[in-house]
Amino acid sequence: MDETPAIEALELTRRFGRITAVDRLNLTIARGEIFGLIGPDGAGKTTAIRLLAAVMPATAGRARVLGFDTGRQAERIRRAIGYMPQRFSLYGDLTVAENLHFFADLYGVRGPTRRRRIEELLAFARLEEFTGRRAAALSGGMQKKLALAGALIHNPQVIFLDEPTTGVDPISRREFWDILSNLHVQGVTIFVSTPYMDEAERCGRVGLMYEGRIAHCDTPDGLRRLVPGELLAIWTPQVMRARPIVAAQPDVLEVQVYGDLLHVFVKDAAAAAPLLAQALAGAGVPVVEIRRAQPRVEEAFISLIAGRGRKTE
Amino acid sequence: MSPPDAIVTENLTRRFDSFVAVDHISFNVPRGTIFGFLGPNGSGKTTTIRMLLGLLTPSEGRAAILGYDCVREADRIRQRAGYVSQRFSLYDELTVAENLTFYGHTYGVIGRRLAERKRFILEMAGLKGRENELTRNLSGGWKQRLALGVAILHEPEILFLDEPTAGVDPVSRRQFWELLYAQAAGGTTIFVTTHYMDEAEQCQALAFIHRGKIVAAGSPAEIKAQQMRGQVLEIECRPTALALPVLKRLGLFEEVALYGARIHAVAPNVAETIPAIRAALTAAGIAVGEMTPIPPSLEDVFISRIR
Repeated sequence: MDETPAIEALELTRRFGRITAVDRLNLTIARGEIFGLIGPDGAGKTTAIRLLAAVMPATAGRARVLGFDTGRQAERIRRAIGYMPQRFSLYGDLTVAENLHFFADLYGVRGPTRRRRIEELLAFARLEEFTGRRAAALSGGMQKKLALAGALIHNPQVIFLDEPTTGVDPISRREFWDILSNLHVQGVTIFVSTPYMDEAERCGRVGLMYEGRIAHCDTPDGLRRLVPGELLAIWTPQVMRARPIVAAQPDVLEVQVYGDLLHVFVKDAAAAAPLLAQALAGAGVPVVEIRRAQPRVEEAFISLIAGRGRKTE
Repeated sequence: MSPPDAIVTENLTRRFDSFVAVDHISFNVPRGTIFGFLGPNGSGKTTTIRMLLGLLTPSEGRAAILGYDCVREADRIRQRAGYVSQRFSLYDELTVAENLTFYGHTYGVIGRRLAERKRFILEMAGLKGRENELTRNLSGGWKQRLALGVAILHEPEILFLDEPTAGVDPVSRRQFWELLYAQAAGGTTIFVTTHYMDEAEQCQALAFIHRGKIVAAGSPAEIKAQQMRGQVLEIECRPTALALPVLKRLGLFEEVALYGARIHAVAPNVAETIPAIRAALTAAGIAVGEMTPIPPSLEDVFISRIR
């Protein structure tokens, strides 16, 4: 396999007037990785993707995709990659099949290859039954799948997806990730942005983006290790009563409410669990279960931002 | 006698010609609870809410909010309800204080009570000192808290929110949910509609609607502990790109999904499949690490219920 990284960025920066949307981005992504760029709205994810997909020039720094420079060799990159923008990239008045033919025209996919590829993609995106339907009449989830199919028409080795699951319901989201997994099986490098922290678990590596910077880049397990202490989940029907009692115990670093669970960060989970159980029982708060739990990527993100002492607004 | 539950629906049903949008759904929401109503687009979520708010008449069954019938007493409900829409309905060109005053007047909150409520809300939302800022200049987190403030000006007993924290940064989201928990602790019932699992996890009770029917209900922990069909096995192996098709071909699983460096496989009595998995992966030259049954995510449960 080619050892050139799929994606490399070095101090990649983009400013809009006085706003720095992407601030000195440094990244190396190997071929075949699923890389997730995760962060809230306005963090700079879309700009970062546009820079890497060579659809927008950088203000400073540089980037290479498949060894090609995003500034000087943008054309070559565009032919080698797929890019699925966040906004609707389809023609609403054209049918599913017509949209794919249109993408094939754009990328110069012709002849028998075209027919075969369109058939493959319709099956791959599970859209075979809808070939005659106008794109505008598809559900949100199906539109996303069609946009993905369009971006894959020329068999790209790297695909950039900008928030493909935003606004998509849980069933379609699950299906979409299943389709991405199949691309992974084919060896395609996947660069995907999302505002949903739970999607970090789907990626091999994740960059947490905040205020134009990648605050941290690691595997999901590595990110979880950023959370200080160990985590206990306490399941109780009386979370709000339990919370101040738990918070008052020694060695409790932080307490967070998750529905009917309390997430309690402690120095030593094994030592703390019986003490917390005792304190709650003493106060007459029923507890269904106390167990060790894995911190979420969301919690890692919070400790990162809080740890750096940055403003949250 | 204790007051009636905040929301009661009994066999609530709505048909549009031969299409049954909402099909005999029954649930109760006790007062002071944060209740999450989840469902994909087109599942009947919006139709249900429109019936709860008295905007649409049920074809069958009934619904009551705060003890008032949703058809006959909709006016009484509206006076006691607050609503935060997905696109916050704030006036960008007004200042923070002007938005509060404007909405106070529309809800009939005036004079000293308005002054008191404004003070309380500015404090609660962390907007003290920003009264005179234009709303348009507020960041997402602040705007969201102001929208919540506006919706609770008239001290509603029940609050409806539509996907309140989608796309918001985790710190602001945490702050927002703290405010909701505080409202709920004060007795306000909170009804959140969403299709985001992150938000669902924050609710104290949930109902998941699919094709007009409730397919899972309970607290998030209960749902995960009791309502999953099948069990989830987490498999550590390398390379995942090779392992995924091998596991799918085994035909033992209802689902095989990639999670970073691991694979999740779902089957009833999933632990029994471990020897077959190890044999198949090893035969394919794939390095196999630990295999551990893990608790399902909320999303896992919902997918299993509708499969």
